[in-house]
Amino acid sequence: MKLVTAVIKPHKWEEVRVALEGAGVTGMTVSEVSGYGRQKGHTEVYRGAEYDISLVPKVRVEIVVDDADADEVVEAVVNAARTGRIGDGKVWVAPVDSVVRVRTGDRDESAV
Amino acid sequence: MAHAANSGDVAWLLAASALVLLMAPGLALFYGGMVRSKSVLNMIMMVFGALAVVSITWVVVGYSLAFGDDLGGGLLGDPGQHFMFQDMLDDVPGVLPDSLFAIFQGLFGVVTVGLIAGAIADRTRFGTWLVFCAAWTIVVYAPVAHWAFDLSSAHHVGGWMANRLGALDFAGGTAVEINSGAAGLACALVLGPRLGFGREPMKPHNLTLVMLGAGLLWFGWFGFNAGSALRADTSASVVFVNTLMAGCTGMLAWLLVERVRDGHATSFGGASGVVAGLVAITPSCGAVTPFGAMVIGALAGAICGIAVGMKYRFGYDDSLDVVGVHLVGGVVGVLAIGLLASSAAPQGVDGLLYGGGPSQLVEQTVAAGATLIYSFGVTTVIALVLDRLIGFRVVEEHEMIGVDLVLHAETAYDLHAAAGARPHFRPTQPGEEMA
Repeated sequence: MKLVTAVIKPHKWEEVRVALEGAGVTGMTVSEVSGYGRQKGHTEVYRGAEYDISLVPKVRVEIVVDDADADEVVEAVVNAARTGRIGDGKVWVAPVDSVVRVRTGDRDESAV
Repeated sequence: MAHAANSGDVAWLLAASALVLLMAPGLALFYGGMVRSKSVLNMIMMVFGALAVVSITWVVVGYSLAFGDDLGGGLLGDPGQHFMFQDMLDDVPGVLPDSLFAIFQGLFGVVTVGLIAGAIADRTRFGTWLVFCAAWTIVVYAPVAHWAFDLSSAHHVGGWMANRLGALDFAGGTAVEINSGAAGLACALVLGPRLGFGREPMKPHNLTLVMLGAGLLWFGWFGFNAGSALRADTSASVVFVNTLMAGCTGMLAWLLVERVRDGHATSFGGASGVVAGLVAITPSCGAVTPFGAMVIGALAGAICGIAVGMKYRFGYDDSLDVVGVHLVGGVVGVLAIGLLASSAAPQGVDGLLYGGGPSQLVEQTVAAGATLIYSFGVTTVIALVLDRLIGFRVVEEHEMIGVDLVLHAETAYDLHAAAGARPHFRPTQPGEEMA
């Protein structure tokens, strides 16, 4: 099993969700996070005082999938989240040792 | 001091007094939105605390000091004359009830003291602040209100600025605006800057509250200014129009400064510009035409929009710009009377630009300077004494944690449901330290 983690632009979240449903993904965990990459932050001005805000709001999507589905899921996220401009985010894949479904006690592939 | 009044006048002043009271919660929200989320409740409580303490102080002795018979030199009223308002409860037909005039004036003191809180946000001990509110009302606000507002009559001798000097101040450019601004500067200097001032970002945590607060202040300001006519008549109406005009041009002027200087017109700048315009029209609303009000509002919006940057240059942490908006805006308004007063306006005096000569401008300058010097000097002494005796500022660790939690055992926003687990009631035992 793999854990697919995507950090994307907040306004792209709805398109990514639709693309993931299209790829057969039935569940995911989503959180509002902040961070920055190459685009760095932005500048805000309050009563003439400039503030460099280094952290930019992002959405993080986490999905646990079967090994065979990982590439397709990554492709779906990347295609849906891309605007072509700096700050589009990143997607990475990591191995998962074990999964348990809390309600039934099902383990691993049958729990995904 | 009996002002002739019919029932319409009395009704208007009752309503105007309630409008002035609404400026306290308006100011609390205006300031509360500007601070960081860890001290918003404390900021709001400083203003509410001022409301309670100043109102009581006023009824006990403050009104007597401000509007009692002059003790000499036009400097101070007789402190025992109207103790507890006990001599002001009789029904006298055909005049403004003394208790109504007195409490209308008391609510001005509430707003004035509340304004000072903005200069010392995020770092003030709450108990000391309440003591300061009472002390400052007695030693600074009441005397200056006597100078500026207490008009002499056949059986009464009032304050020196309004009577002997002849300076015009319709609703409090000196006693309210310059006074609170100079006091705020003194307090900010005594307490010192917030930890990380000028290095860490201290941006307003909720500009929606700031906009709502500015709107409520503007609404209440009609009671403040038009109520100061003490009658429901043409003078109140002209003052009302002037108050609207100055707020409007103040907003646009501040936005223009920002657009040119920073590239963007901001909501915070819009709210600040409204207040700057209203500050400047406060003393001048009875002395100028609507055109004059537009000019004064625009001057204040632009000058205050530039002045709020001074604190970074000079290194004093007037946290929410009480100096940049109220001291500077108050000076603009008080001096502008000397230039833009028109005999067509209710107070019937011509300023320099309307052919009245320079004398009014000189009188206005003396009034502004006297208020500034007295308020700054005496407030510095009060703040230093309180700091030595009982401590005016919280300890460093508490300031870092945030004064909401440390002083009030509360946090304003519960945005993370999991952090609020296991609520239970347990009365604190006597002698038990709160965790």
